[in-house]
Amino acid sequence: MAGISSFGAYVPRYRLGSESVGWESAGQRSVANFDEDSVSMAVAAGIDCLNGRGRNLIDGLLFATTTPPYAEKQCASIIATALDLRRDIFTADITDVLRAGTTAMKSALDSVTAGSAKNVLVIASDSRQGAPKGEAERNSGDGAAAFIISNEDVIAEQAGSYTITENMMDTWRSAGDQFVRSWEDRFAIEEGLERILGEAVSGYMKKEGLVVTDVAKLALYCPDARRHGQLAGHLGFQPEQVQDPLFGRLGNTGVAFPLMLLASALEDGSPDQLLLTVSYGDGSDVLGFKTTTSIKDAEHGLGVSGYLDSGVVLDSYETYAKWRDVWLTDSSSRRPQAQSPSVTALWRESEQNIRFHGGTCNQCGYVQYPAQRVCVECQALDDYAPIRLSDQPGTVFTYSLDYLAGTVDTPLAIVVVDFEPGGRTLCMMTDREVDEVQIGLKVEMSFRKLRVVNGIHNYYWKAIPRRKAK
Amino acid sequence: MSGIKDRVAVIGMGCSKFGERWDSSSSDLLVEAAHEAFADAGIEGKDVQAAWLGTVASFRTGQPLAAALKLDYIPITRVENACATATDAFRNACYAVAAGIYDIVLAVGVEKLKDSGFSGLAVAEAAGADVNPPVPPPSQFALAATRYFHEHGISYEDGKMTLAQIASKNHHNGTMSPKAHFQREVSVEQVANAPMVAWPLGLYDCCGVSDGAAAAIITTPEIAKTFRDDYVLVKGLGLSVGAYGIMRSDWDFTHFPETVRASQAAYQEAGISDPRKAIDMAMVHDCFTITELIIYEDLGFSPKGRASEDVAAGTFTLEGEVPVNTDGGLKCFGHPIGASGIRMIYEVYKQLQGKAGGRQLKDPTLGLTHNLGGRPGSFTCSVALFGTRD
Repeated sequence: MAGISSFGAYVPRYRLGSESVGWESAGQRSVANFDEDSVSMAVAAGIDCLNGRGRNLIDGLLFATTTPPYAEKQCASIIATALDLRRDIFTADITDVLRAGTTAMKSALDSVTAGSAKNVLVIASDSRQGAPKGEAERNSGDGAAAFIISNEDVIAEQAGSYTITENMMDTWRSAGDQFVRSWEDRFAIEEGLERILGEAVSGYMKKEGLVVTDVAKLALYCPDARRHGQLAGHLGFQPEQVQDPLFGRLGNTGVAFPLMLLASALEDGSPDQLLLTVSYGDGSDVLGFKTTTSIKDAEHGLGVSGYLDSGVVLDSYETYAKWRDVWLTDSSSRRPQAQSPSVTALWRESEQNIRFHGGTCNQCGYVQYPAQRVCVECQALDDYAPIRLSDQPGTVFTYSLDYLAGTVDTPLAIVVVDFEPGGRTLCMMTDREVDEVQIGLKVEMSFRKLRVVNGIHNYYWKAIPRRKAK
Repeated sequence: MSGIKDRVAVIGMGCSKFGERWDSSSSDLLVEAAHEAFADAGIEGKDVQAAWLGTVASFRTGQPLAAALKLDYIPITRVENACATATDAFRNACYAVAAGIYDIVLAVGVEKLKDSGFSGLAVAEAAGADVNPPVPPPSQFALAATRYFHEHGISYEDGKMTLAQIASKNHHNGTMSPKAHFQREVSVEQVANAPMVAWPLGLYDCCGVSDGAAAAIITTPEIAKTFRDDYVLVKGLGLSVGAYGIMRSDWDFTHFPETVRASQAAYQEAGISDPRKAIDMAMVHDCFTITELIIYEDLGFSPKGRASEDVAAGTFTLEGEVPVNTDGGLKCFGHPIGASGIRMIYEVYKQLQGKAGGRQLKDPTLGLTHNLGGRPGSFTCSVALFGTRD
């Protein structure tokens, strides 16, 4: 039966918390760095989920978000390329609603069940903005979750689903809106969350012949901590059945939120547990999964907990405000305005820039990035094999900290990285504390957005300090 | 291969005032430098049979030189080769004379950098995928400094002090150069404590961004004798282009192979086996203080990893064993990219003629110029040697 064969997650390194000057909240929330967005976080979660699994086995990629960088231009294709997946796969962006993640998951389950695909990667990622200092900003977080839906080696089998669709205007953003809008919360809770989720959960129970006490863990969407407990109680669940919603540590990560809670439940899971995922937005999707004995031996990457444990709290709210373009900075006086990248060059260099392939010389074995038509060691012509360096560990050989490069992230850390299998590159470093940048630092590569010029979101790889769990 | 030694001579040179030349266009700077060179050689524009114009960003063709000087429909070639642009224009001019094609030629370099509106170097790059990191020149060389300190076990404080001595020396020399962009003393402490630009390089570790032009009149030694007694002979010309150091995992970032190769080629032409002993003065590409430190080693003046000892001993001061950057260098004279190489030759020429004013060395007979353009891992390097007539 179709189910989940692998899961992964991503939480940005940075947090707003009580130590952040100007952040008027006791709890923490995750914050995407200035060079992260839903696409870059999706790539990170995808790598965490693949965790060494064969990328050639993936037959499809579904990307769910409410914050796609493009209105017209697919994001799943960018993510599939950055993840170095095959070309002959189906891809789709599933967007515009907070339950897009579970919708993508259900579509993948249906494809695998129908036999049109064997392994489908589902990634949900969101970086929604609330208005400065408002409730939505305080309760939100940024993050992503990823799953491989498969027929084989599943750690959690599909255990039914149920969906309600209702046209509901309680939370929305129009095209061009920077911040999330919402209607009076008493209406949104009573006529939205409580009524619709109640109908969805009871509908699922009735359809599957289950009762609430059959559920081991509930991965429930809710916009804030206080109402999360109330809502779970309203739906008939005991506190011990409710997966920790991570408010005060992560925040409401939008489309990714219920799926990150599902990933958390799987991290802690044991065989034969019924896990219920409940999303919300213009209705609700309820997805049931039953863990198998395979979950005991399942290896996974950092996951939600690993990423949550490797966070750094920002000094101030001001830093976050600059990253989100809430606080505009004068960068124009330092350097000339950036020109539009050449789309032709972006297309031509996709293998080296997005897949991050170098080349290994077939004659002498020398690894070089980017791949060279003439080998730098033995001058052999056009005789190399591609080597993916995006998931290879690296070490800083030398570095500079640039105070005038005109970046949001001053000083800009520029590093020369040597990869473990060979190959060297000069690149930017991000997610770095200034005093941790040093020769010999162990790094990994992370897919980031360099800049937006001419409406083109230009992505490339940067080095980051390794995000290993403490 | 017979080499260039003693086959061409310089009979006239000119150099504009360097600095923020708000009131002068690139063409004005060309006229200023070229007409000083014409007057110095005792020729007129119509005597020039061919010309090479070096510029990185100010002009795209040779035409503006013809327009500025009203040259008589002669062949003009525009040369661009990073920071070695002017020396490469000079080099090509030398070869044309040595080949016997022309008798009297002009090599001139110019750059107008201060019209950009930015205080740093703002040269537009061709559109591409635009994914390479925005690494301004200070950071490119900071990568070398960081690694140099690490490799040779030099603490940040000691390393900064060595670099500060280099900057302070060049500032001292600059006070005696009326045409230099900056003409004031800066103490070692001021350099070491200046605001950080690109760790570990601070403000005074960086050279000036300037406007300027410099020109040379080149002919054969036989013809030179008919113009003046104190003409200067070209003894060696080396050029090395490397563009893949960054792809090699075994490259150390603490030496620049292009400098080593270009200097060895020039030394071989000139018949020099011990450069520290043979060379009386050197004008080197001190775009940043760390660059000058590494150049001491790459040119063979100091053993690898030991240049800081020579800096401490005063080896490279005006009074030292091998005075380096006697006119203030890029640091103080300024660095209009396409002009700098010929500006260096101008200083060597004046020193060999005994006309260098307050900074005049005692009877130098062999001088070196060195340019390094690009970035660590991908440089164009030129090394030229000049001597007095026998």
